Amino acid sequence: MIKGMAVTAKNFFGSYVSKERLPTVQYPEERLKPQENTRQFPFLVFDGDDAQKGLRCVACQICEKECPPKCIYIVKSKDKKPDYKGQAQIYPATFDIDISVCMSCQICVEVCPFDAIKMDTEFELSTDDRFGGLLFNKFKLAKSNEHYHKIHPTEATEVDGRLAEEKAKAEAKTKAAAEAKAKPAAAPAVPAAKPA
Amino acid sequence: MSVFAEMPPKNYELLPKGGDADGELLEISMGPHHPSTHGVFRMDVVLDGERVVKLKPVFGYLHRNHEKIAEGTTYLGSMPYTDRLDYFCSMTNNWAYALSVEKLAGLQVPERAEYIRVIVAELTRLQNHTCLIGFFVQDMGALGTPLMYAFREREKILDLFEELTGARMMYNYMRFGGLRCDVTADWLARLAALVEGYDKFLDEFELLFNENEILLARTQGVGILSKELAINASITGPMLRACGVNYDIRKVDKYGIYDRFDFKIPLGEHGDLYDRFMIRVLEMRESIKILRQALRDIPAGPFMDPKAKLRGFRPKAGEAYGRIEAAKGELGFYLISDGSPNPYRYRVRPPSFINLTILEDMCLGQHISDAVIILGSVDIVLGEVDR
Repeated sequence: MIKGMAVTAKNFFGSYVSKERLPTVQYPEERLKPQENTRQFPFLVFDGDDAQKGLRCVACQICEKECPPKCIYIVKSKDKKPDYKGQAQIYPATFDIDISVCMSCQICVEVCPFDAIKMDTEFELSTDDRFGGLLFNKFKLAKSNEHYHKIHPTEATEVDGRLAEEKAKAEAKTKAAAEAKAKPAAAPAVPAAKPA
Repeated sequence: MSVFAEMPPKNYELLPKGGDADGELLEISMGPHHPSTHGVFRMDVVLDGERVVKLKPVFGYLHRNHEKIAEGTTYLGSMPYTDRLDYFCSMTNNWAYALSVEKLAGLQVPERAEYIRVIVAELTRLQNHTCLIGFFVQDMGALGTPLMYAFREREKILDLFEELTGARMMYNYMRFGGLRCDVTADWLARLAALVEGYDKFLDEFELLFNENEILLARTQGVGILSKELAINASITGPMLRACGVNYDIRKVDKYGIYDRFDFKIPLGEHGDLYDRFMIRVLEMRESIKILRQALRDIPAGPFMDPKAKLRGFRPKAGEAYGRIEAAKGELGFYLISDGSPNPYRYRVRPPSFINLTILEDMCLGQHISDAVIILGSVDIVLGEVDR
């Protein structure tokens, strides 16, 4: 028993000198920096200045289908807008996430083929509004790519590299397609001239 | 009027009776909001004086339809739900589920992923057993202090897990045919430092308990579970090994790559509370041994089977049962696939639920205060019991 008391005493006095023995922080005044991989709730990434025009989401509804607690609700738009590659794409007319249902599992992030939805590290979301306070619409969910870079720097750089590569590929393809188009367009121009 | 008063328990006649309250039975309901029940769990206890003559466990307060939900979601969609079964050991739950789906779909797990799985599973076992010992001595009256030391060490393991997976408890880390993300060299270095320091912590922690008179008096010869009953009731995990039965799925099945590691299975002799307590202490030492070997041998390479698909995953029709040695016992998932994206049948074999079924047999004739620590020694998590 005396041995046990010695251990307790060692830990008690040790907590004054060693960080090892005192891991707690006084939360609202002191805060720990979140780890780089930390995930709380999803947000939508946008490029450029206009949050709604720059949304990467193309409303493919894969995340809506895969979401285990079914907290995502998407309505496709009727018209199209150009995406980062310049292709015309559908965009989400409505994109709601019920944060009170979301269980932060990150499956929407993993299945998204467009790198459009990512996890935020914001956790102080409590509200006294019982009815709509935790139902986030696309205006509230949209956050800039710079924000993404700030919270997950390594991952965001990787994603940017991948997107730039795809964009370059798409540009090369459109260029090639334009050239290919230009050639057949040039070719029938000659036979077209014949009947005339 | 109580059911028990009309129907006296069958062993009641055999038990020694107190002098003044002769034949007077007292029925009390312990829980569901009782700090020693480790969650929302209720025990209907019939007492004769201070001795337990009948005990009926009542559970289901935390039932949330886990199996039926899983039959309605995709295979991948069930993965985060398995975190919520035994929320202390999410990693082993992930592994058991991934193992069954891999059996079902015939996926191969790369070498590096297998090593990382062993590492995270043994870390989970370490933190589970550390906290269990903390809770166990808290039930005996050592309020707070040992539990806080246990939680301090658990915090370090959770920090590592947070850095790796992004969450502190609900990891959702394993994928069919591999893992979600790879570990970094920095992470492994930090883990190696933790493993080296853990032995020192265990020495200090054991100094608190070993040869402690109160602990010996409260645990030795209390809550004895016989070998025969344990086998008949299909008890698994440390509970079974404390009775002296050499059965550890890590050795029996050799799932993953456990055949490559050199470790021992600690066995008890009497099956009492003290043996169950010591089994966990010794198992932690063995876990540290496994972690050291895994850290030494971990190879470089891919962490995901290239054949594995994330979207549109449909295994062939068939059935599979995958089981692992979780910190609490045998955790198994039984799946039947009909070729659709959802499992046709999904069944969990939770260790703490089945270990709980013999609670009455262990508690009969014991003091009510011992019933509390007997329940603590079973190591239940109600998320898993009620599902």
